[in-house]
Amino acid sequence: MKRLLPRVLMAPAVLTLFLWMIVPLAMTLYFSFVNYNLNDPMPLFDRAFAGLENFEYFITDPDFWPAVWNTLLLIGSVIVITVVMGVLLALLVNEPFPGRGIVRVLLISPFFVMPAVNALLWKHMMMNPIYGVLADVWRVFGATPVDWLTDWPLLSVIIMVAWQWLPFACLIFITSLQSLDREQMEAARMDGATAPQRFFYLTIPHLGRPMAVVIMIEMIFLLSVFAEIAITTNGGPGNASTNLTYMIFKQSLMNFDVGVASAGALFAVILANIVAVFLIRIVGKNLD
Amino acid sequence: MHTHPLLTALRTISAWAVTLLLFFPLGWLFLTAFKTELQAIAVPPLFFFEPTMENFGEVQRRSDYLLYARNSLITSLGSTLLGLLIAAPAAYSMAFFRTKRTRDILMWMLSTKMMPAVGALMPIYVLAQSAGLLDSLTALTLVFTLSNLPIMVWMLYTNYKDIPPEILEAARMDGAGIWKEFRYVVLPLSVGGLASTGLLCLVLSWNEAFWALNLVSAKAGTLATLISQYSSPEGLFWAKLSAASLMAIAPIVVFGWFSQKQLVQGLTFGAVK
Repeated sequence: MKRLLPRVLMAPAVLTLFLWMIVPLAMTLYFSFVNYNLNDPMPLFDRAFAGLENFEYFITDPDFWPAVWNTLLLIGSVIVITVVMGVLLALLVNEPFPGRGIVRVLLISPFFVMPAVNALLWKHMMMNPIYGVLADVWRVFGATPVDWLTDWPLLSVIIMVAWQWLPFACLIFITSLQSLDREQMEAARMDGATAPQRFFYLTIPHLGRPMAVVIMIEMIFLLSVFAEIAITTNGGPGNASTNLTYMIFKQSLMNFDVGVASAGALFAVILANIVAVFLIRIVGKNLD
Repeated sequence: MHTHPLLTALRTISAWAVTLLLFFPLGWLFLTAFKTELQAIAVPPLFFFEPTMENFGEVQRRSDYLLYARNSLITSLGSTLLGLLIAAPAAYSMAFFRTKRTRDILMWMLSTKMMPAVGALMPIYVLAQSAGLLDSLTALTLVFTLSNLPIMVWMLYTNYKDIPPEILEAARMDGAGIWKEFRYVVLPLSVGGLASTGLLCLVLSWNEAFWALNLVSAKAGTLATLISQYSSPEGLFWAKLSAASLMAIAPIVVFGWFSQKQLVQGLTFGAVK
C-alpha cells in the first residue's frame, strides 16, 4: 500500500506526458525520412523512403540559418531587455509612493494580453507608418516616420514580445525585493557603503534566484514565439523575421510538406535541447 | 529611515511616467474601441471624442463573438480542471513520497516543455485528422492540458513541498488515513497553490494561439482564432479591431489583476518569496 499508492497517484501524469512526448517525436522522426505531402491521400505508413533528402532540403533552404539566428537573437534580446529593465523598474516602484497600487496593476496588464492581440495592436495602431502612434511621435520631432515592420522587422517583433514579458520579470523582481533584508541594507549604509556598492553587493546577489526563474520561464515560452510573427510580418520581408517555429509552420501547413517540416521540427528539438542543457545548469543550481 | 520629500516626488513622477508609457498601447486600444473608424485614424490622434458602442455590436454581427468566447471558456476551463486532476496527485505523490528518482522525473517533465510546439505539430495534426477531431473542442482541450501539464506539476510540487512534514507526521500519529490526511491537512494548506496553478493554466490556455490557429477554425475556434482573422486589413477597420481585441482580452486581464499575487507565487515555483 505504502509503495503502490504513490505510483498510482503519479501514473496518469507520467504516462500522459510520456505519450505526449514519445508519440509525436516518433512520428516526426518517421515523417522526416519519408516523402509525405498532406495533399496526397496515401495510407499513413506506406510512404516512400526519402533518406536524408528532407534534412538536406531543410538546411539548404536559404531561410534556415537566418531562422536559427533570429530565434536565438529574439530569445537573447528579450531576456536581456526584460531582465535589465525589469530590475530597474522594480527598484523604482519598490519604495512606497502615491498610487503604487494602481501602478502595479497597470504595469502587469500587458502580461495577460493574448499574443494575437499584442501583435495586431502593435502592427496597426502603434507601428503603422501613416496612422500609427509612433509615426505621430516621429512627426512631432520633425522626423520621417519609420516603417517598422518593413525596415526593422525583427526589432519590431522583439519590441512586441519584450513589452509582453517585461511586466512578468518586473513583478517577480518586485516580489523578491520585498524580502530583501532591510537591516542588512541599513548596516551597509552605516558602514559607509555607497548606493552603487549596495546595489552590486547586496541587491544583485539577492536577485540571482528570481533572475534564474525569469530566464528559465521566458526561454521556455520564447522558443515557440509564433503569433507575433504570423500576424505581423509573416517572417518577412524575405526571411528577416523568420524564426524556426514559423519556418517549420510554413513548410507544414502552407506547403503541406510534412516530410520537410518534420525534418525541420527535429532541428528545432535539437536546438531546444542544446539550450535546455545550459538552462538546466544555470537554473538547477539556483532552484534546489 | 526618512527619504527626502524631493526624492519621493521624483520617484512618484518617474514611476508614473514609465508606467503610463508602458500601459499606453493598451489604453489606446481601449480608447479606439469606442471611436468611429474615422476618429480611429485621425491625425493627430484624438484623445477626446464622443464614445460609441457601435463597434461591439458590429464584432458580434460579423463573426459571432459569443461562439468564440464560449469556445475559449470551455477549452480553458476544461484544460485547467483536467490538468489539476492529473497534476495534483502526481505532485502530491512526489512531494510526500520522495524517492531518489523524484528529481529526475521532475526535470524530465520540465524538459518535455522544451520541445517547441511546432515539433509536435504535424503528428498531432495528422492524429487529430485521422481521429476526426480537427476543429473540435476536445482536441484543443487535450492539447492545452498536455502542454500545460509539466508547469502545473512543477508549481504544485513546490507548493506541496513547502508544507512542513511534521504536520503530516502528527496527523499520521493521530491515525489519519491518507484520504483524511489529504482532506483535512494538505488540502487546506495548499488551496493557494492549487488556485495559482489553475489561474496560470487558465491564462495560458485562453491566450494560446499556436494550436488554436493550427488545429481549429470556424467551429471550435477560440478568441485567438477570431482575433487573427483581423490580421489582414480590409480597408480601415481599427475601431472594430480594437473592439474585438478588447472583448477578447478584457476577461482575462481583469481576472489577472485580481490574481497577480497568487500568480507570481506560483510562477516562480516558490523560489521567490
